[in-house]
This record gives sequence, C-alpha cells and structure tokens, in this order.
Amino acid sequence: MTDQISIPSEYSAIFDEFKEKIQLDTREKYFGIVVSADDLFAVLQFVRNQMQYDFLSSITAVDDFPEDKFEIIYHVYKSIGGPEIEIKVFTLREEPHVPSCVHLYPGAEFQEREIFDLYGVTFDNHPDLRRILMWEGFDGHPLRKDWKEPQFEEMVKPFKSRWPEGKGVLTESVNPYNDNVQYPAQFDPRGFEPETDQAIYKELQKITSDKPNSINTDQLIVNFGPQHPSTHGVFRMVAALDGETIVDLKPVMGYLHRNHEKIGERNTYLQIMPYTDRLDYLSSMNNNFGYAITVERMMEIQPAIRAEYIRVMMAEFTRIASHIWSIGFLLNDLGAYFTPALYAMEERELILDIFEAVSGSRMMCNFFRFGGVVRDVNEVILKKAHDLVYNRIARKTDEMDRYLTDNEIVRSRCEGIGVLTSDQAIAYSVTGPLLRSSGVPYDIRRADPYGIYDQLEFDVCTRQHGDVYDRYLIRLDEIRQSLRILKQVITKMPDGPVMNGKVQYNTRVPAGEMYGRVEGPRGELGFYVVSDGKPNPKRYHVRAPSFINLTSLAAMCKGSKIADAVTILGSVDIVLGEVDR
Amino acid sequence: MKIIGKGIIKGLSVTLNHFFMTYIDDIKTRLQQVPRKDVTRIRSSAEATGLFTIQYPEIQIAPSEEYRMIPFLVYELTETNERKYRCTACGICSKVCPTQCIWITRKKDEVTGKPVPQSEEFYIDIDKCMNCGSCAEFCPFDAIKMDHDFEISTYERGETRIYSKEKLGKPLDYYAKIRPVNFKLEEDERKFKAGVN
Amino acid sequence: MVGNDLNNHGVDIPPELKNQVAVTSLDKIYNWSRSNSLWPMMFGLACCAIEMICTAASRYDLSRFGMEVMRPSPRQADVMIVSGTVTKKMIPQIVRLYNQMSEPKYVIAMGACASGGGPFKEGYNVVPGVDKFLPVDVYIAGCPPTPQGLLHGLITLQKKIEQESIPNTRWYMKDPVPAIPVPLLGPDLFDPRKTDLIYAETHRPIEVVEEDKLEEGGQND
Repeated sequence: MTDQISIPSEYSAIFDEFKEKIQLDTREKYFGIVVSADDLFAVLQFVRNQMQYDFLSSITAVDDFPEDKFEIIYHVYKSIGGPEIEIKVFTLREEPHVPSCVHLYPGAEFQEREIFDLYGVTFDNHPDLRRILMWEGFDGHPLRKDWKEPQFEEMVKPFKSRWPEGKGVLTESVNPYNDNVQYPAQFDPRGFEPETDQAIYKELQKITSDKPNSINTDQLIVNFGPQHPSTHGVFRMVAALDGETIVDLKPVMGYLHRNHEKIGERNTYLQIMPYTDRLDYLSSMNNNFGYAITVERMMEIQPAIRAEYIRVMMAEFTRIASHIWSIGFLLNDLGAYFTPALYAMEERELILDIFEAVSGSRMMCNFFRFGGVVRDVNEVILKKAHDLVYNRIARKTDEMDRYLTDNEIVRSRCEGIGVLTSDQAIAYSVTGPLLRSSGVPYDIRRADPYGIYDQLEFDVCTRQHGDVYDRYLIRLDEIRQSLRILKQVITKMPDGPVMNGKVQYNTRVPAGEMYGRVEGPRGELGFYVVSDGKPNPKRYHVRAPSFINLTSLAAMCKGSKIADAVTILGSVDIVLGEVDR
Repeated sequence: MKIIGKGIIKGLSVTLNHFFMTYIDDIKTRLQQVPRKDVTRIRSSAEATGLFTIQYPEIQIAPSEEYRMIPFLVYELTETNERKYRCTACGICSKVCPTQCIWITRKKDEVTGKPVPQSEEFYIDIDKCMNCGSCAEFCPFDAIKMDHDFEISTYERGETRIYSKEKLGKPLDYYAKIRPVNFKLEEDERKFKAGVN
Repeated sequence: MVGNDLNNHGVDIPPELKNQVAVTSLDKIYNWSRSNSLWPMMFGLACCAIEMICTAASRYDLSRFGMEVMRPSPRQADVMIVSGTVTKKMIPQIVRLYNQMSEPKYVIAMGACASGGGPFKEGYNVVPGVDKFLPVDVYIAGCPPTPQGLLHGLITLQKKIEQESIPNTRWYMKDPVPAIPVPLLGPDLFDPRKTDLIYAETHRPIEVVEEDKLEEGGQND
C-alpha cells in the first residue's frame, strides 16, 4: 500500500521502524505522515531520540467541518538544519483526545493550551491544561467552523450587503444589545458571580520554596499586572515570591487577542496582507514577507528579480529598526530613564521615513504582493538609503556600543542573569537572537534560505553565555551584519519590473497546504496556510516567535530577584501583537 | 590603567557631546542665517546632528506623496458647477476592502429601472478603515484615492464618523496638488488611450 | 496662541498703567493653567502605543505642550490616552484605572480601534470602541495616526478645556461623580448596567423559524 507511492527519504527510517502503523498523507499537495493517537507518543519519541529531530517548530490544528474530524499537525526540525518532518493525527470532533508531548518537547506547552482553548481538544497528561488566550468561563471554542461570532454577517468576504444595495450603518446596530456580545439562552445575569483567577493562584500555591527557614514565613503572590511601565504592552506575570526571590512565575496573556486567525478564515488571500502588518507591529515588512513567500510557494510562482532585492532591502532595514528599538527599551527597563531610547528612536525615525516614501505608511506598510512588490524604489529613496547605510547607522551603532557596553552598571546588572543553556533553548523551541545567544547557530536565512539570501554574504552571529548581556551584544552584532547585507543589495540591485504581470485581486490558490517561515527580528515567524481551491483559506495559522519564546521565561526567572524578572523580560523582547495575535 | 567607573565616564562623555552639539548646531544655523526650510530638511535627513525636533504645528513635515489616510472620491466640476464623480459604482473597491467598510448603492434609471453606471449613495466608516490603500490600488477608473489630511479629530462619534458621498468628494485639482507625480502618469495614460481610440 | 486671549478681557486699562497691570478672568487663567500641564498616563495597548512613544521622543516632542512626564500611576495622571485595541479581557482593568484617576480627568481615544473597534471590530474578543464604557472627550482617526495627527488631537483637547467654566464643571458639583461599574467576564463580557436588557433578551420565548431563515447569523448557544 504505502510502498507504491514513493516515500520521501527523510521518512524512510520511520517507515522501517513502525511499518504498518503509519501512512503517508496522500491528498494532493499535502505532505507528511498520518499516525493514530495511540502511536503518537512512540513515534515522536523515536523521531526525537533516534533520528535527532530535536526542535519542534509548531503544533497547530485544522477543523475539517463538515467531515467529522480535527487534524493536529506537528512540524519538527533538526537543530543543525535540514528539511522538516510533518506528523499528523486525526481525531473526532465529538470528544477529541490526543496525548500531550510536553514531556518530550517542553516548548509544546503553550501551543497545546492554545489548541485546547480555541478548538476544545483535550491533551492527556498535560501538566497545566487551562485556557490561555480567552478567560476561564468563556462559552464555546471560537475557531471551530460552526461557532459564529456575535457580529457574524456572512461566512466569507466580500459580503453581499455592501454592493449593489449598501446602506452605511454602524455594524453593532444589528446586534440586539447594540454591542459585540452574545449570551447562551437562559443565562441569568442577576446575582452573577464570575470565576476569578482562582485556578492560577491555586497552581502557584502548590509550589513552595525549598530553602530552610528558621523564621516561619509566608509566600506572597504578586501580579506584575497588565498595566505596568515595563512589560512592553499588556502582559501579565503572576509570581510567587519568597522575600524578594521568585519561586515560580506564570505568564498570563490574551489581553490583546484580536482574533487574527478567525478573521483570516473569512478574508480572501489578498485581504489578509494588511492584517499581517499588525502582528508584530514593529517589523511589518517582515511579516508581509513571510506571508508572501508562503502563498507564492503554494501558487508555485516566482517573484520578479528586482522585487527580490527590494524585499531583502526592506527586511534588513526592518531588522535594524527593530533591534535598535529593543536595545533602547532594554536600557529603559534597567533604569536609564529614556536617554538610550531617545537616541535609538532617532535612527528609527530616519528608517521610517524611507518606509513612508516607498509604501505610504510609517508602520503598517502593506507593501508586498504575490509575485513582487507594489511599487518601485526610485532614485531619491535609493540615495536616502545609501546615505543611511554608508554614513550614519554604522557610526551611531558604534556610538551606542561605546556608550553602553562597558558601563559598570549595565555589566553588573546583566551579566549572569537569566541564563539559558543551549539544551534548554532547543527543548523550549526558542528561536531568534535568544537561541543564538545560547550558542546554537540556527538562522533560517542560512538553514532554509528564502529569497536571495543564499547569494548574499553574511555571518550568523552567536554568543556563548546565554545571559542578558549576551542578548544585548548579539543585537548589536546583528545590526552590523544587516548593514553588510544592505551594502551588497544596494550596489547590486538589477533593473527590471517589480511585478510579474498585473496584480489580481481575486487570487486563485490551488488546494494544498504549506508551512513557510522567515527569520524575523524576534525569531522564526511561520505561516501555515491550508487551501481548498476557494478564494478564502480553509485554515490560516501564525507561528509567533514571541509567544513560544515565552515558554522559557519561567525557567529563566526561577531563583532570581523581582528586578531581574523585568530585565529578563526585556531581553526576551516580546511584542504583544504577536503573542496574542 | 584601570579606573573604577571608566565605563560610566565614557558613557557620560557621549551624552555630554550630544548636549553641547544641540547648542552649537543651533548657534551655527542662526549665525549663517540658514533659511527655515533648509533647516527642516537637514534635520530630517541623515546629516542631522544636534537638534532633531520638528516643531508641529508651526513647522510641519509634509507627508510624502504616497502617504495614505482616509479615501476620497474624485470629481470634476461641470460648466453648471455640478459635481461629476468619476465613480461608476462597479463595486470593486468594496469587494477588495479587508474590513468591508465601503457601502455602495448603484443608481437606477428612473424610467426603465435599469442600473446606471453612477453611484447613488456611497458610505465609508472611517472607524473601521485601516488605511491600507487597496481601494485606490484596484479602482479601474481612478475614482477613489487616498487623502493626506490627518487633522480630523472630533469631539463625538456615531453616525458622524460614517462619511457620506458629499463629505467624501474632493475636486480633481486637489488630487493633482497632493499627488503630482501619480497625477501626471495617469493623465498621460488617459491621453494615450484617448489618442489610440 | 493663548497669550493674547488671556489678557484680553475687554476691560479698559488706562494707558499709563498698561505695562504694570494685567486683567484676566478667573475662568481663563484656570483653564489655561490646566490645559498646558496635562500629564498623560502611560497606557499603551497595541500598535498605536508605538506612535504615542514616538510622539514623546525627540522628533515630535510632547513636553513642548506641557505633557512633561508620562506617569504610570493613575493617581498622578490627568489624561488617559487609550491607544490600541480594547479587548474584552482588558476592559475591566481599564475601567478600574479610570475610576482611580482623580478629577479633573479626560480620555482621548487614539486610533480607529479605540474609537470604534477598528479593523478588528468583527472579532469575538474586541470591544467596539472604548466609549461603550468610558466618556471620551476627543476621538482621533487613523490606523495608526501619525505623531502629527496625535498632536493635532491634543491641541483639540486643549481647545476644549479652554471652553470650560468653573461653575459648570463636574468635580465642583455637590454630589460626587459616581464610579463606573466594572464589567465582569462571564460566558461573554457582561456590563452590570445592562442587566435588565440581557435578562429580557436571553429569556425571550424562542419562536419557530422556517427552514430558509436558518442561514442568518445572530445568537448562538
């Protein structure tokens, strides 16, 4: 049966071991193998231990309504680079149960909680299965295809009520409460007592500190609340403290959950592009890049050659702007009240001027299309870019280096704090500068190249200690490497059109699935798109680097002081638009 | 020689350098009587040292030509001073809009009841618009374009933030003033097509 | 822009005293001093917060307008700039913070998301505009508004403050201003001011619908 279809070489070892228990996914343009829920743990153990695929990139779920099943999809890679292995499990929609793989890959913790929250799939043996993005007590599982949101109008866009007979009304006026809410029938609001955060506090109280105490002391639970000057957005950490030392820490997210994936299922492929800008709002060109290459791989088209150079130029400018912002704000968290941030923001403003001249907006660029970019880069803009790259940014980066790197306060507060070893980093699925500062040289621009990165010369920066000071230094290194790439791109840019043919607004994507990833400033940004031939995607999932990097936060903060927790969070460099989508 | 505090002193010297440069730069531009337009241009380019502030509202950085804010409908004035909108109510902009914030009602001929290529009503909800520019990009008749006017704060919202056709219309010479390069390219193409036909 | 109006109260001063006497009204000086020293609360939710921080940075300086420092504590702040999407999980905290601010206090809704839900309005976790719960003074449009747009909104707020008069302000009234009740998170966001409406709607007798009307959306249980 399975031997007649040719098995790709990376799966042959698994077929030899498990023989009849697994099969290839035979749908056209789908990849991977299908296993049953009972064999999943054994297969994953074999793949991780014997085949050395130790880096779990993403877990996601697809709802095959009106067929009666969910699919759970795992993508695993080797941390030394190479192609992926994709494993799928099918489970019924009625009472979905899948064994959890947190004991093999600890980085799966938050992703499995997200699938439980949004789909209702229960993972057996998960250490702490609670909702993560919505609150406890929410009614329903939102990403299921038969769950309708309160302001539901039609299943897919474009809506028929807008043309040719469209009257402008406020959208909430069609809802009976004049608001974006819905309640189950027979819900009695009088005397309603909400569930508060009892579940999370109970979890924390179970863990006690193991230091011997002569005085009888209590443990204190403190919220680093959603409104806090240093949490980089609305993010909450609940910490159990013994004096000033943190015993355990649990992050709580979902305060900016903006239903990106549900809106994505209603939109057409081109309409999703402006929404991807708002994911990691500090580096919008990179998000566009990731989405564009995923859909181009599904459509099997190649972008124009000049457009490839323009794309890399924009992506590297975004990387410089984002890294220099995060250095400024790391110093802000340490207490250097706003001066390094002001210097960093000057450089960023000059880069944003280039973005505004090219695409029309400083932050939400919406510049990439399938097959190229929207418009060309003219002489004036190239001269501005040339001035910045050759005359200004290198000098200012050296000035930041001179200003901050040898500073005794920075050194004593950052060295040795928040250490993450390389084994821990790979196990927690950490990517980006966080992984490379622990000594693992994994950069998607080299491991799985996209665009023209395989023709450009640059180094993959690594550092060895894995503490906060190394993460600060590695961002300075990466700015210098980006400048090196920019010099090559600006001098070698070829002439030609920036778009193959004309942009169509109703893109037709053939049925299939694809997982495309790019190296963002915060880590590996992945897009998983499933199409069934219609104008709207069947499933659209974003693998957000900041969300998964936060799995390592508790391990890094245990045993440190409260002030260090803020510094460690600043060095992880999260953006809430990505964490909560 | 290892001095304790050397790193801090090095850092403070950088800050002091920035501090003095703001005064030196200011005095130099006053002594050389550099015109204000040039000062603004230098301060927002890669040669900026010293002061970096652009003092809104007295001095403003004009948005670049491609800058996108709320859309507007282009009309030309006829001899009888009526507005002739270029929009033909084809509906492409409302189909392409990612947030579906455009509502169009197509005009019907009073006698025959057949649809006429003009729009009777046209609404945009500016509290849903995400300024993506897709409507302007895909309009085949150059009828809807993105505005530059960002000074539209109000004291209340509600129905006033749903812009009707009257409020959305702006004349063609306004469009030529804010986007001269694009206007010239489009006019050349129109003349070319009219010449070919 | 304010200097001339402040001294111009319409009272005739004899020319020999013009350099030594200035006459103004109590309202004008009270409003002038308040509108030129508003301290914003550091309250950034999403992408608009980045533009707010860029406004406070060196290119478009906020402290030229008197907004010298951004205070994270609500007790020390005058104006709350709600910048970013307001979600249902976050709105109880926002209402609590608003109740803790001391009078006189103002709210600016910055961006399309805070004014009316924005591009994410159709989502299940988004509150369509912060004015469902808080009284908003100025709405700024844009996604995100550029720093110059935010500065224009602040100048609009300053103009509004200059129109106020002492006998009519709400903090000098006899009764204290009631606090806004904090919304609760149940099966969906639940506003305690709308209890009767919710009860009436969820306990409405279900009418039998024909088959072809079942496609329309709406309530869901």
